[in-house]
Amino acid sequence: MKKTYKIEVDCANCANKMEQAAKETAGVKEATVNFMTLKMIVEFEEGSEPKQVMQEVLKNCKKVEDDCEIFI
Amino acid sequence: MNKKQKKALAQIISAVVLLAVISLVTGKVSVSPYVEFVLYMVPYLLVGYDILKKALKGIKNKQVFDENFLMAVATLGAIALGDYKEGVAVMLFYQIGELFQSYAVGRSRKNISELMDIRPDYANVEREGKLEKVNPDEVDIGSVILVGPGEKIPIDGVIIEGETTLNTSALTGESLPRDAKVNDEVISGCINMTGVIRIRTQKEFGESTVSKILDLVENSSSKKSRSENFISKFARYYTPIVCYSALALAVLPPLFHLVTGNQAMFSQWIYRALTFLVISCPCALVISIPLSFFAGIGGAGNQGVLVKGSNYLETLSQIKYVVFDKTGTMTQGIFVVSGIHHSEISDEKLLEYAALAESYSSHPISKSLQNAYGREVEKDRVKEVEEISGNGVTALVDGIRVAAGNEKLMRHLGISYKECHQVGTVVHMAVDGKYAGHILISDQLKPHAKEAVLALKKAGIKKTVMLTGDMKNVAENVAADLGITEVYSELLPADKVRKVEELLSKKSEKEKLAFVGDGINDAPVLSRADIGIAMGALGSDAAIEAADVVLMDDDPIKIAKAIKISKKCLRIVYENIYFAIGVKVICLILGAVGIANMWVAIFADVGVMVIAVINAIRALFVKNL
Repeated sequence: MKKTYKIEVDCANCANKMEQAAKETAGVKEATVNFMTLKMIVEFEEGSEPKQVMQEVLKNCKKVEDDCEIFI
Repeated sequence: MNKKQKKALAQIISAVVLLAVISLVTGKVSVSPYVEFVLYMVPYLLVGYDILKKALKGIKNKQVFDENFLMAVATLGAIALGDYKEGVAVMLFYQIGELFQSYAVGRSRKNISELMDIRPDYANVEREGKLEKVNPDEVDIGSVILVGPGEKIPIDGVIIEGETTLNTSALTGESLPRDAKVNDEVISGCINMTGVIRIRTQKEFGESTVSKILDLVENSSSKKSRSENFISKFARYYTPIVCYSALALAVLPPLFHLVTGNQAMFSQWIYRALTFLVISCPCALVISIPLSFFAGIGGAGNQGVLVKGSNYLETLSQIKYVVFDKTGTMTQGIFVVSGIHHSEISDEKLLEYAALAESYSSHPISKSLQNAYGREVEKDRVKEVEEISGNGVTALVDGIRVAAGNEKLMRHLGISYKECHQVGTVVHMAVDGKYAGHILISDQLKPHAKEAVLALKKAGIKKTVMLTGDMKNVAENVAADLGITEVYSELLPADKVRKVEELLSKKSEKEKLAFVGDGINDAPVLSRADIGIAMGALGSDAAIEAADVVLMDDDPIKIAKAIKISKKCLRIVYENIYFAIGVKVICLILGAVGIANMWVAIFADVGVMVIAVINAIRALFVKNL
């Protein structure tokens, strides 16, 4: 399943870091962060619950870039 | 500017003023070093407080090597060495750079969304005789909506009342307005220019053209180009490497000096190491590459070329082979009367007989005859119509026996006929038992088809190939007219895939192959080619879904335009990569040997970033390519 989330982040490199952090979260198959359109597109692994996974993704993103937001 | 940016600007301005005052005062009056330190700390903390806080948080979260950390260490180091002014200046310029970057990105986001400003905000629905403005999402299929002059058509449908001129430029990049009248299908996203029209909707808003396009544009960059992936990888390794190099630069040479019995000169090497850190920030690259692609895709969209991702823009620029479909792509796919030959009676009369005789047939040939005749067919003039399947018809028109059909019909009737030397479908006519000439019906080339092939050659395309299901002589004729050298005809859809695969296997990996089709029956080929370009996609959902690049109008000249846009964008991307990395490497070397000071470092960081961002925005301007 693929879902798109709106995000807020200030710098392009931070967006790259968020992408990396999201990719490494359990339950995420693939993640792309587009800094220009401020969107995160997450493909979930089968059987995972997007809502729970996204909480983890947000936590991990906050770790790498404190000043970011994902509108879940 | 948003709130955050305004705050940053206020901080920067007050810090600049403070810094100027302090350096003036300390230049004239001698104060104790402690007082000087405290004075300089005011503007430093004012402008650098955020950065220091973020750097600390980064360390706490075990994310040490980021720009904040680099800047914090570099500026604090400079201050510790007693270079207060430089320490504050570096932080100040870094913040100016950040502000500029955020402003530029915000602006281009806005610019590009304005370029693709086709989203209708409301629909005027008639309910119980009253006009209501509602959200387009709430309009059911089959509702009647009213669109006044200057309004956007919100939902796809058919005009049931009124006549107008439509501006499709937001969708197609085509500035020529289109006329629309009752029973014409209209597409959402067009702007109604002159008259009031009533439209019966045929789709829901979510399924309408405008929604599909917006969806495509907004999600276009989910696939990243190789250049973008390269840069994010580069940034991941580059920053730690530079940090360790800076550490080595600060420690190793002095130690070496100590061991060899010389003076260590710690402060000199630490200063060089700090310069290193300032230069090292990868911002210029990390921001300018995605920005270039974003601007390129935005500019292309404005010209009616939708690119589904930056990876496709990259592939477009590497196209060396273009394979065309014929019907509907290079030709109009509409059969029209293109000539009347050897007629024994007047051409108009012959056409009239043909149109009348064929008036009961629904064959496309019959339709083109009716269109060429142009007047209302009075069917009561036609009697005793007899269709001879696969051959033609005979009928009594105004009491005269008329036969219209192919050679077989003529032979069947025992009438000698004249062969046609031109390519197309020939309708032989016999009037009152005598041969009366023939009518040539053929598909027409699109107005810019020939220029399109020429433009492609100019844009550096090595080979153009045409694939078609049509007959050999027709295909070869069209290809010769267009200047296409390689033609494969009488192909079934599966054959087209095979042909494309054959062509793919013959070329080298770096040269890309594009297939251009009109999206009907072409989906397998579109997806098999390196890049699938669908044209005339207005209203064709299948094409929008199957292709990687969508040309909104059906003008083949846009293929070359798309390639030119992609080339410009990629040129900018490479300029930025080489420029930014080049300047940084040179400054790093100069910094290591002690030639470049902190001011050069500031240019290498902020200056390069500003230049790269301005260059990236150039990708937006593609109108005159």
